[in-house]
Amino acid sequence: MGAKWFGASVKRKEDPAFLTGKGRYVDDIKLPGMLYGYVLRSPHAHARFRTIDKSAALALPGVHAVYTFADMPESLQKQTIPLLVPSPAIKQVYMQHCLARDEACYVGEPIAIVVADSRYLAEDAAGLVDIDYEVLSAASDCADALKPGAPLVHTDATSNLAAFIPISVGDTDAAFAKAAHVFREQIFQHRGGPFFMECRGMIAAPDPAADSLTIYVSSQGPHRHKRVLLDLFDWADHQLRIVTPDVGGGFGPKGSFYAEYGALAACAMALRRPVKWIEDRHENFLSTQQERDQYWDMEIAVDKDAKILGVRGKLIHDAGAYIPWGVVLPWIAATTVPGPYVIPAYKLDVSVMFTNKVATSPVRGAGRPEAVVTMERLMDSVARQMKLDRAEVRRRNFITPEQMPYKVGIIFRDGRPVTYDSGDYPVCQEKALAAAGYDDFATRQEAARKQGRYIGLGFANAVEATGLGPYESATARVSTSGKITVYTGATPQGQSHKTTLAQIAADQFGCTPDDVTIVTADTAATALGVGSFAARTAVNAGSSVHLASIELSHKIKQFAAEMMEVAAEDVVLENGHAKVAGSDLTRSFKDIAARAVGMPGYSMAGGLTPGLEATSHFTPDQSTYSNGTHVAEVEVDIETGNVTILRYIVMHDCGTVINPMVVEGQVVGGVVHGVGNAFFERMVYDENAQPVSTHFGEYLLPTSTESPNVEILHMETPSPLNPLGVKGAGEGGTIPAIAALLSAVENALTPFGVIISEAPITPDRIVKLLGKAARGRTA
Amino acid sequence: MTDTTIDQRTIRLQVNGRPVERTVPTRMTLGDFLRIELELTGTHFGCEHGVCGACTVLVDGMSMRSCLMLAVQAAGKSITTVEGLANGNALSPLQQAFWNNHGLQCGFCTPGMLTTLTEFLAHNDDPTETEIRDAISGNICRCTGYQSIVASTLEAARVIRDQKGAA
Repeated sequence: MGAKWFGASVKRKEDPAFLTGKGRYVDDIKLPGMLYGYVLRSPHAHARFRTIDKSAALALPGVHAVYTFADMPESLQKQTIPLLVPSPAIKQVYMQHCLARDEACYVGEPIAIVVADSRYLAEDAAGLVDIDYEVLSAASDCADALKPGAPLVHTDATSNLAAFIPISVGDTDAAFAKAAHVFREQIFQHRGGPFFMECRGMIAAPDPAADSLTIYVSSQGPHRHKRVLLDLFDWADHQLRIVTPDVGGGFGPKGSFYAEYGALAACAMALRRPVKWIEDRHENFLSTQQERDQYWDMEIAVDKDAKILGVRGKLIHDAGAYIPWGVVLPWIAATTVPGPYVIPAYKLDVSVMFTNKVATSPVRGAGRPEAVVTMERLMDSVARQMKLDRAEVRRRNFITPEQMPYKVGIIFRDGRPVTYDSGDYPVCQEKALAAAGYDDFATRQEAARKQGRYIGLGFANAVEATGLGPYESATARVSTSGKITVYTGATPQGQSHKTTLAQIAADQFGCTPDDVTIVTADTAATALGVGSFAARTAVNAGSSVHLASIELSHKIKQFAAEMMEVAAEDVVLENGHAKVAGSDLTRSFKDIAARAVGMPGYSMAGGLTPGLEATSHFTPDQSTYSNGTHVAEVEVDIETGNVTILRYIVMHDCGTVINPMVVEGQVVGGVVHGVGNAFFERMVYDENAQPVSTHFGEYLLPTSTESPNVEILHMETPSPLNPLGVKGAGEGGTIPAIAALLSAVENALTPFGVIISEAPITPDRIVKLLGKAARGRTA
Repeated sequence: MTDTTIDQRTIRLQVNGRPVERTVPTRMTLGDFLRIELELTGTHFGCEHGVCGACTVLVDGMSMRSCLMLAVQAAGKSITTVEGLANGNALSPLQQAFWNNHGLQCGFCTPGMLTTLTEFLAHNDDPTETEIRDAISGNICRCTGYQSIVASTLEAARVIRDQKGAA
């Protein structure tokens, strides 16, 4: 059956509800008898505590309980949150308890939950809880945490080293020994937090009749949370259902299991009433995971023609106080460095450091933006120091389409060798630069300088692993009313899955996307599920929906053929009916579904398996690799350090495209996230690891007036690794953006010899780097 | 809410064209009043300190942060929330344009964008892109990058002008 909906810019099914205030986010759900929780958090980055006096809080009218570690069920006292992604690289495993036992290791670590009739009362009572903190010294900066004599993040740790990852490909020493040139770059990179607009939140609702608990949680995948909670409470499968309703953005950190979830479930079970907890923005700054700091110290070895012989260096990565995602984030960063270039030898020593800060976990891009900044800064460095054109240096080092599939030689975090499946990197760069007018930019730049304006052009190439396994679930079903529903573990947070997955299914059922309802993220609807992160849903859920829909369409045809006494091959599906081409024979999906469920007392033996239903769990062999080139043109004000983005061009290849409108939305939004990381977003901590940028007045997100109009060009190189040819599109907008913008700023400031080795690069830093060259400065 | 120890007042106001009378704690924000007391959950809190704009509602036609305004301050006023923007089942030109132009992704900031831009378009139905970007500079969207919101607003303005021309 030809694709009618796949590839079309279908308007979103999600939108009418959202546009009229009928979305259902977790805080919009109100259950009978529901109470409200407030989480009391450590105000210190590192402290010990012994007694918690809750008497004054409990005396307040409307307060139902104050729960601490000592009030948690035995199974939660014995266990910490489990580490779901273990790795031999991890030297010391520190995972947190759902409520801290006697040592708090970051500002914001949950210590108690106050439950009251309203959120207002719970906050009143929280102010009356008295905790006798003994403040301990804290490790703030991750590079300092590595130094001898640094304060220990955990008092019983042997050091602050959480993990050490040695990456090594080829003979790096030999490569550097024969190099014509070696260049070194030291780069500090900081990415802040996700800062989704809807803060985290959860409702835990016990069902005394069923002896079970239902949880509504704003997440990126309820199935993994269910696995954690079953472990923590030692429950059986039927005792817990988790549903994720509409989600107001996730960007990675909503995929993590948080301590509050276990503690809140325990509160609800103890009180035998539903309890809601909604994170406020202040808590969000303290306790939602971030991506934060990386220090890169890198060298690149090239021959006389600027061909890369090797890259080597060290990376210090800030893990925070715990390692909920193991070493996933630094691992992705380390393995993304080679990008689209042939690098015969590569060595990177990654030290993953505990600090007394909230844990880090992947934020949109997941370590890849930092890797791309690192590699592209090195490429710019080669061009600058060898006085070569930046595009030419890259051209000489590209992996070519003829080399696909290309083995990079390193092992990715999915345990598979990094093998690029497809892509045309030289053409991608060429077309992006052509669209940007790269060839005559020097002329324009010179003309601008004569007017006292400093414009610059930067660009960056990236290759991105997307569509990671293990799988995603899809069950397609025609109900006895004739309506089609597809259930999946995919968990949208704005990515439009209810539209794009319906487009995929509609093509198989001869109907429109409006005729297919996509039900996401309910552990009672699909037994298995992984969730939406790592740009994996189009590949995994898309393929599963496609395969389940094909299987179900075959089954509909088989039942219909039997009912109409024709061959299944002659049956076509159209507008909710099975028809025989060239005749007026037809059966409705409703009639076929009724036939398929059987009639009480009548045997179906020997026939088709009952029910109009099919399930698929597409399991990709390895990641698919999207790629892109971003080009940014900026103007830098050398008096204020302000940067204005004049033009922004994206050349993007994410395989075949399900819905171009949706992909473009993902790309543009991703670019602006990168703009934030390049120029604005910085989570600032003082030397005691006390966060000092804890609201949107201090932590700046990009707003409409700083965000560029992004011009998007598409390439479509289908992936051979899944039946749809798709690759991930959710993060490619962000990944090369920071590198392109830093390069553009540096290019604008070439007359002053300014080198940009940090992200974000803020106006005050630009003025500082300009020094005496800054307009209006005398010293 | 059983905040019996807290000072209470009885207020009368209009919400989406309907008269409302309620006794509320004086410290309750307008946003909480709309969400909790009236169960109009379309208004969202994104920061509760007046920066993100998600909770914006119209108070006598003017955009206001419902997280920074107390319910008792709305006594005697006429409030319009996102639930009150459509004309029955027909989306407003702005809502329809957001749908046509992918002006929203997760939908969380959308109510504040719609209310802010509804006020803006009431005063300027032929805006430039720069004016639109300025109008929403106090509303944070983490998903769209704003470009599609600007496109939506330009389309809505065209439709509004056409409707006025036809009338």
